Amino acid sequence: MNNLLVLPIIIPIITAVLLVFLRSHIMLQRIISLVTMLFLSLISYVLLELIQIEGILRLDFSGWLPPFGILFVADSFSLLLVLTASIVTTICLIYAFSTIGNRHEHMFFYPFVLFLIAGVNGSFLTGDIFNLFVCFEVMLLASYVLVALGGERIQLRESLKYVLINVVASWMFLVALAYLYGTLKTLNMAHIAMRVSEVGQDPMLTTVAILFLVVFSLKAGLLLFFWLPGSYSVPPTAVQALFAALLTKVGIYALIRLFTLMFPLNQEVTHTIIGVMAGLTIIAGCMGALSGRDVYTIATYNVIIGVGFILIGLAVGTETAITGAIYYLIHDMIAKALLFLLIGMMIYLTGETVVKKISGLIRNYPLFGWIFFIVMLALAGIPPLSGFVGKVLIGQGAIEEGSYVLLGIGFGSSIIVLYSLLRIFLASFFGETTISFEDRKPIPKGATMSFILLAISIVYIGVGAEAISVYVKDAARTLINPSIYIDAILKG
Amino acid sequence: MKINDVILRTVVKGVVFIILTLGVYLFFSGHNAPGGGFIGGLVLGSGIVLLYITYDLETVHKKMPFDFKKVAAFGVLLATGSAIGSLYFDAPFLSQTDAYFNIPILGEKHLTTVTIFEAGVALTVIGTLVTIILSISEDE
Amino acid sequence: MESLMVVLVGILVSIGTYLILSRHIIRVILGTAILSHAVHLLILTVGGLKTGGVPLLSQSDGPFTDALPQALILTAIVISFATTAFLLVLAYRAYKKNGSADFRELRGMSDE
Repeated sequence: MNNLLVLPIIIPIITAVLLVFLRSHIMLQRIISLVTMLFLSLISYVLLELIQIEGILRLDFSGWLPPFGILFVADSFSLLLVLTASIVTTICLIYAFSTIGNRHEHMFFYPFVLFLIAGVNGSFLTGDIFNLFVCFEVMLLASYVLVALGGERIQLRESLKYVLINVVASWMFLVALAYLYGTLKTLNMAHIAMRVSEVGQDPMLTTVAILFLVVFSLKAGLLLFFWLPGSYSVPPTAVQALFAALLTKVGIYALIRLFTLMFPLNQEVTHTIIGVMAGLTIIAGCMGALSGRDVYTIATYNVIIGVGFILIGLAVGTETAITGAIYYLIHDMIAKALLFLLIGMMIYLTGETVVKKISGLIRNYPLFGWIFFIVMLALAGIPPLSGFVGKVLIGQGAIEEGSYVLLGIGFGSSIIVLYSLLRIFLASFFGETTISFEDRKPIPKGATMSFILLAISIVYIGVGAEAISVYVKDAARTLINPSIYIDAILKG
Repeated sequence: MKINDVILRTVVKGVVFIILTLGVYLFFSGHNAPGGGFIGGLVLGSGIVLLYITYDLETVHKKMPFDFKKVAAFGVLLATGSAIGSLYFDAPFLSQTDAYFNIPILGEKHLTTVTIFEAGVALTVIGTLVTIILSISEDE
Repeated sequence: MESLMVVLVGILVSIGTYLILSRHIIRVILGTAILSHAVHLLILTVGGLKTGGVPLLSQSDGPFTDALPQALILTAIVISFATTAFLLVLAYRAYKKNGSADFRELRGMSDE
């Protein structure tokens, strides 16, 4: 029992509710939400260190022992993601302070961000698959509100589609849960894993697993990403960055958990399907990124390419590849948040979204331009920035397994990513500036600070990969050997 | 055109008390039998919505000057508060406790901390339900 | 009894699917509501129908019916209640703002 585990979900909820009562005190809302997020980052770091000492932690709610009760489980993988999510959210909040506008702040923007982070953290930490559904829904409900908040015409239209797609996906989640419960009579993840390994993964269970695969593919944007470009381009920039950093990653987390812990036995079927889907996702994402004329399209298709690339790591499935996937997941959360913040700032500064109509930004805003350059290199996977380690390890894993097609697609996509972002860089940052230095809009201080903080994180993950490798290796070891997880839950 | 809704008004005057009583009954019966905070809250909330439908917003609001968003928020606070209270006693999160008390007149009664949690759930449901209905009906 | 329930679930799913594929927002939302009812019944059915007494200590002394499906369904109902309510409000706002409740007219242009 360790009650610290529940804090990453319960603190944001309580703070969010308190903020509802402080509706008119904007400044107080900002301070409280920032302090909360900083505190959360601190707690997740403490927990991460604790796991290195004591092994996997668990908390049985109200003392019901597994497999009967609901429980939270913390291993290095989930805590790494909780920590990254908390840090990214903190920085996105700093960006939001100076850009989101009074109207959003009055309409409970901060409470909903905190609810979102509560749902995200809950999904990462839960050890019960029905509880995963509940946490997913908490996160999704908050995201529905954040997409629609502001009530612009186009926002309402796109959010309606976003909500409906997710409602249908959640419905399929429930169907899959019903079949799972019908066949295995348990919902505790460790217990499921144990029963699957006892009775073997028969075709019925594989079908259930594939149903889950469809559900999480919808949520993660793996192949079934048709809803993503529309709904990610309508909300305000800070929200976009949060979505790009967090929402699809929760789906990816669920997929990795599902196919390493619960259904790892029938890899010829499930992992082949994941591999094919990941490959197709990358190809489709590259086509979208190449054909896009406006910055939003290019950025959202880059999210899709990232999803495909991480899941190559899962499809290959060796320890090296999984380690790479975890590295890349962390990198992608930070880099995609920064990419969306930068792109939002470009649009704020120029009022244009089409790449060709923006020109010469670097002359007026040199720091801004070079940070864009850094994130571009990081996303392409150039050393010593954050994307490099993940890409190399996933590639190494693919070579070990002989999956040369996936390897080729994955590394081909790096070039496309570089090209698509370089196009923005060359057209919009270089060239003749249309606005003179005196007439330029200043970049808000908070925004600059958030760019710098995220850029530092990118460089740190790249240069300091050795420092975080302790945690990542432990996470990958637990994922590859599900028995560690199962024993910690059912025999502890 | 103003609709003549005298029948509705007369019926609601009586019925709303029955609905609210049923809501409270369901809430407390959830202790040992089917019922509980969610259902009780739904019934109570629908009673309040019925009042809003029958009388206009201003009249009801004069008698019940609550911001229902805050009611919902208070409910969540109550529920999470009762859950997090167990942290203080170093028990697992969400732990509940119960005891028998001798209350004058009522006799020996079984009291639990679950009731606080359920009250939170009920308030949340009432708050959300009424907020949703009001947010649709306010702009005409 | 189980087979009857499964048939009922099938009928509800087909109705829900039909409604979801229509063009009017309200029909689509009703479709999602019916789909969620279908899956609630499905959870109840796979949990096993009436295999024992009421799972309350004071009213029966075992064997008990599995109470977990009911707990799951209650949670799922609460969530679908919240989502449907939100969807209805959103649809109403979207209808007011866009002046149309027809998905053909809500498609949106690629160059916005």
